[in-house]
Amino acid sequence: MNTLRSLRRNFDHGVHPAHHKKQTEDLAIQRVPFVSDYVMPLGQHIGVPSQPVVEVGERVNRGQLIAKPGGFVSTALHSPVTGTISEIGDVRGADGVFAPAIQIAADPYATQQLESSAGVDWRSLSLEEFIDAVQMAGIVGMGGAAFPSHVKFSVPDGVQIRHLLINGSECEPYLTNDHRLMVERPEDLLLGAEIVRQTLGAEETVIGVEMNKPDAIEILRRHIQPDQPVRIVPLKVKYPQGAEKMIIKTIFDMEVPAGQLPRDVEVNVNNVGTIVAIADYFLRGLPSIERIVTVSGPGASYPANLIVPLGTPVREVLRFCGGLKDETREVILGGPMMGRPTASLDVPVLKGTSGILAFTEAETARPKEYPCIRCARCLEACPYFLNPSRFARLSRARMYDEMEQYSVMDCVECGCCTFACPSNIPIVQLIRTGKDALRASKENPE
Amino acid sequence: MKQKDPDLLLLHAPLLRQGMTTPSAMRDVLYALLPVTAAALWFFGLGALLVLGASIAGAVLTEWLFSVSEKRGESLLDASAILTGLLLGLTLPPGLPMWMAFLGGVVAISLGKVIWGGLGHNLFNPALLGRAFLLATFPIPMTTWTPLRGSESFFHVNASNLALPFMQTQVDVVSSASPLGLMKFEQEVTSLTNLMFGNTLGSLGETSGVLLILGGIYLWIRRDLDWRIPVSIMLTVVVFSGCLTLFDAVRFPSPLFSIFSGGLLLGAIYMATDPVTSPLTPRGTWIFGIGVGVLVVLIRVFGGLPEGVMYAILLMNAATPLIDRYTQPRIFGR
Repeated sequence: MNTLRSLRRNFDHGVHPAHHKKQTEDLAIQRVPFVSDYVMPLGQHIGVPSQPVVEVGERVNRGQLIAKPGGFVSTALHSPVTGTISEIGDVRGADGVFAPAIQIAADPYATQQLESSAGVDWRSLSLEEFIDAVQMAGIVGMGGAAFPSHVKFSVPDGVQIRHLLINGSECEPYLTNDHRLMVERPEDLLLGAEIVRQTLGAEETVIGVEMNKPDAIEILRRHIQPDQPVRIVPLKVKYPQGAEKMIIKTIFDMEVPAGQLPRDVEVNVNNVGTIVAIADYFLRGLPSIERIVTVSGPGASYPANLIVPLGTPVREVLRFCGGLKDETREVILGGPMMGRPTASLDVPVLKGTSGILAFTEAETARPKEYPCIRCARCLEACPYFLNPSRFARLSRARMYDEMEQYSVMDCVECGCCTFACPSNIPIVQLIRTGKDALRASKENPE
Repeated sequence: MKQKDPDLLLLHAPLLRQGMTTPSAMRDVLYALLPVTAAALWFFGLGALLVLGASIAGAVLTEWLFSVSEKRGESLLDASAILTGLLLGLTLPPGLPMWMAFLGGVVAISLGKVIWGGLGHNLFNPALLGRAFLLATFPIPMTTWTPLRGSESFFHVNASNLALPFMQTQVDVVSSASPLGLMKFEQEVTSLTNLMFGNTLGSLGETSGVLLILGGIYLWIRRDLDWRIPVSIMLTVVVFSGCLTLFDAVRFPSPLFSIFSGGLLLGAIYMATDPVTSPLTPRGTWIFGIGVGVLVVLIRVFGGLPEGVMYAILLMNAATPLIDRYTQPRIFGR
């Protein structure tokens, strides 16, 4: 009966890319050694950039606050390493844009002890104090979006979260960082879940895990304490299962209304990595200064799952894994479906960097683009039931207002349409162009 | 790091693609039509090859002629012109003069596709547009059904196939009526086994129901075909003609006869499903299919011609943009 229910559980549409997880799914997480220089951009989360509280030349300890939140939708930054602030100024990011960052030169003789390893007594905290603590710990969504977690926990008056949903679907191909976290640190995950659930006053915790991670499902089930209201729900392997609104549809069969948030259907969704980061902070006093990164892809010499201090240059992470193969043509930060390419290997690992993927000719060779033959594969792929082929045509004709009438702003840019297109039309890129133009015209109406 | 940085590309995600491309989808349809084509050769002999070859040649040559000179030939690689030529050829009678078939191919590509802006932009199915032109221009040859090869040699060619352009507008062969014509004008029913296995008179590709369905199943497995369109067309035809049969079983054909006779299967599986000229949205494809089904039965039963599949599809092609506009899917969370 249960299997039947789990087979029926689904969201509509979506695509089935090959998993490509075999290379790294059984590799234990390793710690990357400390390097000499770190770069901590002030805007590595969604929202307002953080504000530096240190000066050039100042000595900082690992885990010490170096920037405070710049507003409510903003978060704190901590030094990933013991050393000296070497520079505060603009640094080129993976998108090629200069943005302010704090640079830290590591002290090669330091012990790299945490500034404070005392946990926080979370049971004594009110919800407001908990939200402040999460903000000051610098915790953001670790699935890739890097949305400040405390904003998610602050619900308006009159809204009561009933379900804490932990997203362990990891639907992006190649990535296995969440998978390894569930397998290696199930106790911390369940403890972190309990902290959040009790503080929010939710009835139950649901952990959704795609069925291609049977070991994670098994291990988590074994570690559930009898007094914990936790359900582990195996999910069909389908992209984008890990999108917030999709996993809510799959597990609770509820649609989050367009333009609204999961809290409007009484659900709070967090990534596995975020929950472990919360456990790390409240149990051990470890703020958000490191994260798990999967290094993989056909161009990676030695694929690996790594604990990387934030701010470590991608080049150093790759050097630890034996560098890139000569055939490498492109490096993607994040997953292959939604990640961003980088032009330089000197950019740092950020809070949202879930993977460093190296791709070769086979993945980057783009066959000729053909005209749209209206085959409707993109419509069948779009999990939001939009009409991507029409968006692509309208965007090429620069008819952005008409795109808005067809609800282009509901698109989350998951890339299913582009994956499915047999004519190799860059649909999601054209949609982004349209959305950017619409946003720009909203900000500066002529 | 020992090696120098590779020159990194900045292609945006998603980097992964499913394997299917537009030319491979076109080729799949060609493969699906191979058995039907082979059957046409078997039943009608070498003449069938001449007609098919002429219409394909007309289509390909026109595509080549109209493409931009520096890219000349490139658009042939997507196989769409060959497919249009083959589809047109399969709707033609076996005794049609070659030059007419060639002209049909020229019109199909030029008026059916090129003037609209090329692949993906045309409103009407190019093959059917070519056929409509031929039917309007050469009504007699287009409705003259030469008999099956029978015991004749495979290399037997109908004299009419080789008629010179414009010299001879009447086709001078022994001919008889197609199953639909027999039904319409003489109330004579052709046996179902003959209809299913192609042992009847008719256009080159429409005679073997079983092979047409097998090709359709292949396309469905390859996800090249929207199953809703053939299913809705056939369901509509079965229901509509079933009602008429209940009313008068002598005048109106049975539903199974309606399915397997004439060009219904060829049209429903290979023409109406042309993605360019059929609706995008799932609800739209149902409306489209039902529309085609209703029009087919109406034209067959009440029209002046025994066959109506071509006009039914062309009329619904014209309605496609409107159907698309009014059947936009419900957006998630709205």
